[in-house]
Formats: sequence, structure tokens, C-alpha cells
Amino acid sequence: MSSAIAATTEDIKARNQELIGEVLKAYPEKFAKRRAKHLGTYEGDKPDCGVKSNIKSIPGVMTIRGCAYAGSKGVVWGPIKDMVHISHGPVGCGQYSWGSRRNYYKGTTGIDTFGTMQFTSDFQEKDIVFGGDKKLGKLIDEIGVLFPLSKGISIQSECPIGLIGDDIEAVSKAKSKDVGKPIVPVRCEGFRGVSQSLGHHIANDAIRDWVFEKTGDKLAQFESTPYDVAIIGDYNIGGDAWSSRILLEEMGLRVIAQWSGDGTIAELEATPKAKLNILHCYRSMNYITRHMEEKFNIPWVEYNFFGPTKIESSLREIASHFDDKIKEGAEKVIAKYKPLMQAVIDKYKPRLQGKRVMLYVGGLRPRHVIGAYEDLGMEVVGTGYEFGHNDDYQRTTHYIKDTTLIYDDVTGYEFEKFVEKVKPDLVGSGIKEKYIFQKMGVPFRQMHSWDYSGPYHGYDGFAIFARDMDIAINSPIWKLTKAPWS
Amino acid sequence: MSQSADNVIDHAALFLEPQYDSMIEAKRKNFENAPPQAEIDRVREWTKTVEYQDKNFAREALCINPAKACQPLGAVFAAVGFEKTLPFVHGSQGCVAYYRSHLSRHFKEPTSCVSSSMTEDAAVFGGLNNMVDGLANAHALYKPKMIAVSTTCMAEVIGDDLNAFIKGAKEKGSVPADFDVPFAHTPAFVGSHVTGYDNAMKGIVEHFWNGKAGTVAKTERQPNESINFIGGFDGYTVGNLREVKRLFDTMGVSYTILGDTSDVWDTPTDGEFRMYDGGTTLEDTANAIHAKATISMQEFCTEKTLSLIADAGQEVVALNHPVGVTGTDRFLMEVSRITGKPIPASITRERGRLVDAIADSNAHIHGKKFAIFGDPDLCLGMVEFLLELGAEPTTVLSTNGGKAWEAKVKALLDASPFGKDCQVFAGKDLWHLRSLLFTRPVDFLIGSTYGKYLERDTGTPLIRLGFPIFDRHHQHRYPVWGYQGGLNVLVKILDKIFDEMDKNVVAGVNDISFDIIR
Repeated sequence: MSSAIAATTEDIKARNQELIGEVLKAYPEKFAKRRAKHLGTYEGDKPDCGVKSNIKSIPGVMTIRGCAYAGSKGVVWGPIKDMVHISHGPVGCGQYSWGSRRNYYKGTTGIDTFGTMQFTSDFQEKDIVFGGDKKLGKLIDEIGVLFPLSKGISIQSECPIGLIGDDIEAVSKAKSKDVGKPIVPVRCEGFRGVSQSLGHHIANDAIRDWVFEKTGDKLAQFESTPYDVAIIGDYNIGGDAWSSRILLEEMGLRVIAQWSGDGTIAELEATPKAKLNILHCYRSMNYITRHMEEKFNIPWVEYNFFGPTKIESSLREIASHFDDKIKEGAEKVIAKYKPLMQAVIDKYKPRLQGKRVMLYVGGLRPRHVIGAYEDLGMEVVGTGYEFGHNDDYQRTTHYIKDTTLIYDDVTGYEFEKFVEKVKPDLVGSGIKEKYIFQKMGVPFRQMHSWDYSGPYHGYDGFAIFARDMDIAINSPIWKLTKAPWS
Repeated sequence: MSQSADNVIDHAALFLEPQYDSMIEAKRKNFENAPPQAEIDRVREWTKTVEYQDKNFAREALCINPAKACQPLGAVFAAVGFEKTLPFVHGSQGCVAYYRSHLSRHFKEPTSCVSSSMTEDAAVFGGLNNMVDGLANAHALYKPKMIAVSTTCMAEVIGDDLNAFIKGAKEKGSVPADFDVPFAHTPAFVGSHVTGYDNAMKGIVEHFWNGKAGTVAKTERQPNESINFIGGFDGYTVGNLREVKRLFDTMGVSYTILGDTSDVWDTPTDGEFRMYDGGTTLEDTANAIHAKATISMQEFCTEKTLSLIADAGQEVVALNHPVGVTGTDRFLMEVSRITGKPIPASITRERGRLVDAIADSNAHIHGKKFAIFGDPDLCLGMVEFLLELGAEPTTVLSTNGGKAWEAKVKALLDASPFGKDCQVFAGKDLWHLRSLLFTRPVDFLIGSTYGKYLERDTGTPLIRLGFPIFDRHHQHRYPVWGYQGGLNVLVKILDKIFDEMDKNVVAGVNDISFDIIR
């Protein structure tokens, strides 16, 4: 496929422009203009990617985006394992998001943890007509009876809640007093905002207003140390937070909270005791880290645990906030894993060198995974965000090369055309895209769920990442897509 | 350090390593404020009791682990079964992302569907503009032959009028005036995905038979010898529809499958992505009005559709997801009766082979107790098959089953000595079933992938039959209908029974039963 590589920078840019022009032609004029703002080529010397973002999707185009509920229940709140998260409204939202994100956790499901369960108020017509507040109050009582070890409840609003005028805040306040546990109303109705992103923000704000504000001076059960940090924005997909935590602990830090993969309400409440918040998924949790910075004076640092190059610099960056003991610890960790990383690269790089990748994912991944590909000698030639904002595209410039094709809120139509012409050796995106590209004969990995593999974070994770990319690209099946007689 | 380049281990093995195990344990001990293990053990044991079951069944508001989805999922399912048809769901866009993901996770195939992407402004002013723009964009980009519209609950709550909106969009030139845009209101707060299938199918049939939204004259029915067939919302649709077509072809029956999803969810990997493939042609859909009769394989999936078809003058036959000998006999005899075509000897031989297989194996199934959960018709079909295998259905539960369904299952059970100890639960969820599996233990559980949580908690081995099946691959490619389908189901049950017998063997303890011949 490498024959498709254009010879010079100018050639690639010209090809990208032509390609963008071509896809825009398919739209009615008004929408071609709107989509044009989201598509572009990165010019190496610019401070952002030159595309608009965080704008409403245009109707009728197969956007890959989800909704605010997905951002709140599916991403931020869902992984808090010892709380019951109610999908409040009709049955579907909770059903489709049930167990699909692989936020691993340790616990006895249904007894002291509830992560892979689907709790819903299963709205019926009468609830729409007469309101659902009474039902909500009743089901909170029922949770208390059936799940005595649950530590709290969050109410994840589905579309109808905001439309029928229910007062879930009043119910939450009253009931929380009754049961003596946090009950958090979250106004993440799916029609709010333009994507998952507003759901993250709303979920962060709900933690601020309904967890931090209520915790008050309730002291965490442990003694503080100078080395206490909180992992923010790691959802423990396939165990990512664990393969990250282990490195932080090995360098001498103490992780007092995980947000929110394998997380608990106790960890959320204790986080203001952290000396440093370390932030992986900036998009979904920068809000709460900024809040903690303002309110509790907790500094925060972004890090990237994909691939040895970025892990190494991130470990040093994190360590730079601490004393020499931690700095030395970071160096020890880096040295400890060097031989493993070298062995992984020696094994897989020859098989992957020069392979070209197109990404389209959410959160931090459209930029964060680029270094891991580069560690394997691969090149990311196109990338885009489902629900990124301008600050994501600014951060992306630190990762991508001049000529990278950029597509924000890409539509199914555009993505197919881009891949058809750019002919990458691998596409990394989601379940809705996977089978489309595989049918086109293009190797694919789901980069939301790690295609049911993982973890990909940390040194242990990089070995798995490398193995999986090799599995995808070098599968013998791709040589068999054409019948010998055709 | 357990990871190595030579033997890369992922989550399945990595987190069993001692360094992770102790790290996760320390996290729990120091930071999670977790309850003491004794307390967890006490509560876990308590959830197995009759006392807990009583409290569990006293629930009035809370639904836990339901085995049902919402209407528009079924509407999308129905729509993709028509020639070059793009499902268009009017409302919030996140819903469509969910339907596409859900169906793709089951079929391991792409599912194309668009949304009108309504947001706050549409909540205030209504979604007309979204419909106008959405239809125009969908038509321009994806060049469908038909766009089938359904709704999310958002559009339903604010009361958007699809009929008026589609007319309005056509007036504004979003799609040509004669372009087919059938529609169905599919509120998520009524019924389930099977209701949505029914509504969407009815909307499509009505569109073609009743003058295409006033663009042509209403079709005058001129009865012919053909029959229509509707499979309903069916996780095995690919294998099943191919099997049904083979049976019809073998019998020489002239037929139209309404909603033929067997190609679109089973396209080849050969370098080309086929967004549309196969499906009932629009012409055949229109001409289906002339058929002698319509057979539905799933009564509770097609109640309104069949009523519309009956009103158009056709005989309608509603079956309940027939599986096995008796069910397939009934299906084929109905086909034969309606069409006048005899059941050929080759099919009779297929029947004989299924009977042969059951006779060979039934000793292993006879008297075994089963719990079944799933969509209403699937449960009925499976109960009937189990009864003829000599198995004892003990618990039958359908979250989206109603009173009429419950009565029907009970009548089926009452007619067999093997059904006398069975209890039937309509409208209950899988947390209810969890209690029942503790208080009325069974040998095997039949249901969708969600049953694996019950398997883990209660130790009841799960036989995966139903929708969705996310964690096993390619099941949908094999039929469960027809005698051939019955054989597939039989083998699936037997494999699990034998696997369990072997799994429970401990070397040196009971390996006298570790037989190589059974």
C-alpha cells in the first residue's frame, strides 16, 4: 500500500486538498461550507490544526458522535464502582451502554460493586405524562433495600427528564438526607450540547457540586504523605489505570484516588488531599482538575502513558513536581523497563516499520497514541477528534507532522473516502467503523475499547499495543481478500 | 516483571500476576473504604435467599438488568432489510450511535443509520429544520432509494409530527416529492425493540400499500399465489432467512420476504464496503399487497403489522419463533396449506434427520431443568423445543413479555407433562431471574450474552441463544429455524451439557465418568 505515499510535502498537501474538495462536493452547498471548516491539512508551523471543532453535527450525515449521557454515564460516572448509577428515563440508553466500555474493577458485582449492571427507571408513558420524580424516590428506596452495601447513587438523566420538567435535584436532596449517602443528580440529557463532551463537563460539575461540596470537612481515612497523587481521567479500560498506577507506585508515589476507572466514592472524596493531580484524559476531566487547582491549590500535570518515549518523558515530568527521591525513583523505573521496551521494539518494529495509520477517536487518543505508533516506526498520516475542542487541536500540534490530514467530527462518508484515497495500512477507530474498513481490506483496531484487549497504558500495556498492531496489520487474511480467479 | 516480548500477556493473565494482585488489594484496603469481607460474604449469601427474593419481587420502580431494548433499535433493524434503505432516526444523535454499535457488536457487521441530530434549540422550537436538513444531507451523501424514518424519545416527548415534517421537507426540496420516506413513531417509553420493529414494518408496508403518502393512487389488491414472510427482530436473521428461502425454494413457493436483512448483515470482505446490500426491493414490497397471505415468524413482533395486512384482505398467520420438530412442522404445514404446494420428500427427510438426531441424544437432555429468558416469541419457540426434547422448562422470563404472552406460554406448558413445574414471568428482569436461579435451581440457562452474569453469580451454565450475543462470534450465520436450525440448537445444547460433564471432572476423584464415548 505504500505506493500511495506521495513524494513530497507539497504533493501530499495538494492531494489532501483535492480529497477534501472531492468529499465536500457530495454535500448540499450550505453544508459543504459548514463541513469545510472541519477538514484540513496540518501546516507544520501553525499553533493549531486549522479546523473548527466542538460545533453541532449537521443532521443526516452519520456522525460518529454520541451524546451528553454517554459522556456522563458512559465515561465519567459509570466506572465509579461502589455507587449505583441509574439510567433515568426509557430503557435503551442504559441497555446500549451496559458493560460496553470495559472499565475493569475489582469487587463482587451486585453486592459491593455495581459497574457491569444496568439500573434504569425504565420510563413508561405514564412517567412521561405524570413525571418521574415519585418513581425516582421509590427506586432510591428499593436500591437501599436490595443493595445495602452501595455507597451512593448517581442519577443519569436521559432526554425526557429535562423535557418534562422533573426536579431530580429536589428528590436527590431529600432522599440523600433520608438515606445518609450521596445521591447525585446529573443533568446529562442526550440533547444537551453537541457531543459526549458536554456530558463530561456536566459530570465533572456534578462531582464538584454534589460530592466535594457535600464532603465538607469529612476527613479521609488515611494519613497524608508528601507523595500523594490522584490519577485523573483514566477509565481503566482493559485495566489501563492499573498498568499506570503500578509505575507511579514503583517510582515512590502514592496513588490515593483513581478517576474514575476502578474508582470509589471514597477516592473522589479524598482527592482534595492530593499533592498533585495527574491528568491523562484532558478532554473529559480537565474541568475538575482546574476546579481543584482553584479551590484546593492542587497543581495538575498532563501525562501520556502510551509508548516508551512518552512514558519516559511523562514520568520525568511528574517526578519534577517532587523531591529527589521521586526523581531517582522515576529514573529507576525507566531503567527497569528499558530492556523490556527494547525487546518489544526489536521484535515488532521490523514488522511494522513504515506502516501508515489513520486515527479517528475521542478524548485524548487522536494525539496521545501517536508516540506509541512512532516508537514502532509507524507514521500517523491522518487524525481527528469525535468531540475535541480547540485546546485539543492545539495540543495535537505537538504530536503530528506537517501534512497530516485532519478531520473533525468526521462523517461516515468522508472517512470512507479519505481511507479509500490515502490507503493507510491501519485504521484505528470505533466499533461502528471497524467492519466498514475491514471489508475494504484495511486492517483495523478499535481504539476506544482496545478491541477487547488491553491494557495499552504503561510499559506492560505497550507490549500489548505492539502485539495487537502486529496482529491487525500482519494477519495473513489480508492477502486473501481477492479471489485468485477474480 | 511478568510481561515479556516473547510472550506478551494481556488483561486476562496480566492482572493475575502477584505485583498487580497485591497493588489492587492495597488500593482496596487503603483507599476504597470497602466493607469488611465478612460483611460482603453475608450480604452475598443473603441475596440467595427466599427472603431476598421476596424483597426483590416487591420492586415497583427499579429495573435491574432488563432483557429488552428500546423501540428505535427495532425500527432500524426493520429498515435495513429493504433495498438501499437508509434508516433515519429523528431526535438526539447519541441514540443512533448506540443502535449502530449495539447491532454491530452482535452481527460483527457495519450498520448504517443516520440521525437528525436534534439539540437544545430543537427541543424548544421542534425538529422541523433538522428533518429538512437531515433528509437533504442523507439523500445527497448516501444516495439511498428509500429513507425510513423513526423517532427517539426526545422527538416523541416534544411531539414532533413526522407526517407533517416529512411533507414539509419534501416541499422544501430535501428529497424529491415521489421519494419514498415511510415513517413510524417509535417512542422508547412504550414497549421494546420488538414493538419498534412492528411499528417500522407497519409504516413501510402502509406507505407502499396506501398510496405512498398520497403521491400515487392507493393500490387495488389483486390476489395472487404468492405469500409474504416476516421474520421479525431476530438475532439469527442472516442464517434464518437464508434457511427459510431455501425451504420455500425447495417447495416451489412464490414468496416475498418483507425485511430481508440476510445480505446487509453478512457482506463479504473483498475490498469493497457495501453500505446497502440485498434487501426486499421496493417493487416487491409494493406488490406484496397482492399476496395470498402473510406469515410472521414472531407474533409479538408483528401485531400491528399483521393487523394492517389483515385489513388489506390477506390471511395472516402468526407463529412464535418456531424451533424444533413440532414448530417447524406447523410452519411448513401452514405454508403448504396456504400455497397448496406439498412438502417435498427432501424436506421430510430433513425432518427425519432432526428426529434421528434427537433420538440419538435425548437421553442426555431428558429431565434436565432449564431456565429461559429472552424476547417473547423466542421464549415460546425454545419452550416448545425443550418440551419435545423431554427437558423440563422450569423458569421462563421475558422482560418485554406481557399478559397475553404469559397466557400463551402457560397453555404450552400445560399441554405437556414436562411443563408442569414451570413458572412464567412477564415483565421481569434478570435481577429477578438471579433470585429465581438461587431459589429454584436449574441445570442450564438459555438466553443472550447478558446471561453470563447470571452464570457467574449462580453457577448455572449458560447456553447462548437470543439477542444480543456479543461475546461469541458468528452465531447469527447459522439458522435456528427449519429442521436444520433445530439441529443447530440441539447441538448447541448438547455441546454445553457434555462440556459441563467434562468440566466438573476432577482427576483422581470422579474421573471414572470422564468418558470418551457418550
